[in-house]
Amino acid sequence: MKAVEVRELVKDYGSFRAINGISFEVNEGEIFGLIGPNGAGKTTALRVIATLLQITSGSVTVFDYELPKEAGEVRKIISYLPEEAGAYKNLTGKEYLNFIAKFFGEGEKFQNMVQRGLEIANLGERINDKVDTYSKGMTRLLLVGRALMANPRLAILDEPTSGLDVVNAQEVRRIINSAVEAGTAVLLSSHNMLEVELLCHRIALINDGRIIASGTAEELKKEYDARNIEETFVKAIK
Amino acid sequence: MIGNIIKKEFKELFTLSTLLPIVVIAIVFGFVGQSIGNIGERIEEKPVIGLVDMDDGDFSDIAMSVLIEKAEVIYDGGDAEEGLEEVRKENGVALLVIPESFSQSIYANNPGQIEIYWIMRGAGMMDSISSGVVEGLIQAVNQGISTKLIQQDSSFDPALVLAPTKRVETTFFKGKEIEGLSASQLGNVLSSQSIVIPIVIMMLIIMAGSSVISSMGMEKENKTLETLLTMPVRRSHVVIGKMVGSALVGMIMAAIYMIGFSRYMSSFQISDINLADFGLALSMQDYLLVGVSLFTALLAGLSLCIVLGTFAKDYRSAQTLIFPITALAMISVFITMFKDFDTIPAVLRILVFAIPFSHPMMAMRALMLDNYSLVIGGIAYTAVFTVIMIAVAVRIFNSDRLLTGSVQKRLALGKLVWGLRR
Repeated sequence: MKAVEVRELVKDYGSFRAINGISFEVNEGEIFGLIGPNGAGKTTALRVIATLLQITSGSVTVFDYELPKEAGEVRKIISYLPEEAGAYKNLTGKEYLNFIAKFFGEGEKFQNMVQRGLEIANLGERINDKVDTYSKGMTRLLLVGRALMANPRLAILDEPTSGLDVVNAQEVRRIINSAVEAGTAVLLSSHNMLEVELLCHRIALINDGRIIASGTAEELKKEYDARNIEETFVKAIK
Repeated sequence: MIGNIIKKEFKELFTLSTLLPIVVIAIVFGFVGQSIGNIGERIEEKPVIGLVDMDDGDFSDIAMSVLIEKAEVIYDGGDAEEGLEEVRKENGVALLVIPESFSQSIYANNPGQIEIYWIMRGAGMMDSISSGVVEGLIQAVNQGISTKLIQQDSSFDPALVLAPTKRVETTFFKGKEIEGLSASQLGNVLSSQSIVIPIVIMMLIIMAGSSVISSMGMEKENKTLETLLTMPVRRSHVVIGKMVGSALVGMIMAAIYMIGFSRYMSSFQISDINLADFGLALSMQDYLLVGVSLFTALLAGLSLCIVLGTFAKDYRSAQTLIFPITALAMISVFITMFKDFDTIPAVLRILVFAIPFSHPMMAMRALMLDNYSLVIGGIAYTAVFTVIMIAVAVRIFNSDRLLTGSVQKRLALGKLVWGLRR
């Protein structure tokens, strides 16, 4: 079963076409990266798959659940981390994890989920402080913990290391890798080409709402005779 | 430098979205004011009354001449029943009956009795103006008689000279006959409720509404909305959860506010009239209906707020979106304070009925007068209004609008700017 199947997806905002007929698949246990410049359509594609935006045409299925018809079922098995996500500032980090975990389970399941969130976020005693007092890196770690604590079948991560320093970014990448080892499929977007090359099993290059190339990092570099993905991308859009 | 900052602040604050609600509300208030009427003109107007003089003595002649001069008399005869019917038909204020023994009683050093039958149509402040004018006429009658007494003989009791008449009053109000209470007295008691209850409701709506709109603004500003919308929870539960949470916060805030306000208002309470003595008390069933009316109006207000909240871009813009709710609540307060639902023009009646907050403001008075259809109709309307608003909110929550705003308009504007630059 495919984790995600996108077929000829088109998304219009009024008269503006943000996504113009893209198709791709994400396999179970795989990290799939959508890379491209700002405004290429990465976030729109992720928002559609995360059930936040309506489909103009084409089809999207997540573990065989069809969108938008079965959006409720999709929400039970996915976790979405937006690029500029925040947490409720008047809650402590732990209260925030409790709040989110209650949507997914009760009793032991709930307790285990929160425990996992605490471990992923790894904020020590600061987890009991209000989110309002957190640095950007701490908030992002809390949100990554929130996104992965429910052991989602599919994690949709929009620029997961956006705005983080090298140390925190590396920590987030480590967390994503361990989630995949535990069985989560990951669909992420980034304009950080190096990160994508390090993290993703397969990549799709997206520009102006179209996928212009896809494959493993090695395949793409070979196809475009490039030394790295950044160079591949530049050659691909020419 | 400072001019640059002023210019930036002005540009940021003086936008169409902040200006439009003010303009609309100014127009609505102007319209409401014009429809309710001018207090000055109403006081100047001669009150429409009926007169029955059964005495035909010296003092009743004085009373009649004063009343005929200062009022528009539409009945001047000898049959009280007929006179009352005529006053009712001609939208008059009262029928004044001077009994046979009026002058004789005064000559015997006892105040002469004037029977006043008030026809009361509404309990708003503006509705009691005419009855206030008639009360003024009675004072004029007293003055005329006092003058005559002083001129005639100095042996009269000074207390009689100062107060030569006494009144026996009956008020007819919406099918009820209330003995021993004048229209002004009844109006004053009901008006004090028309101030306190609507203000309590207005504060509750504004406090709770402000909470829900701010919550939407904060969700967007803190970037938590996208996460919330991907949780495995029905959109309708998100909407209802926000409404109920805000209602609780609003109720607590309004309760704190009202503790202070009720202390403030109690200093103005001078009436010791117990409405229960006049058959105007509410039963437990009535109080239950008032509670249901208040609850449905609160839900209706919050459902409207949550729809408005979807337009909030951030916490700051959320604050301006509460203005239409405040304005609607104020329109309801002012209209129900100054006029009775039955005495306002038809257009205003539709407006008042359409504003869900008006119904609990009018419910208590309506139930006192057994007007169950208005209260139950109001509850049914606000319930339907709430369901429609929740459906609209859920539809917006299911659409792209919540996250993307009016993209189409922005894109069109962007294209226009781009075209002009080229």
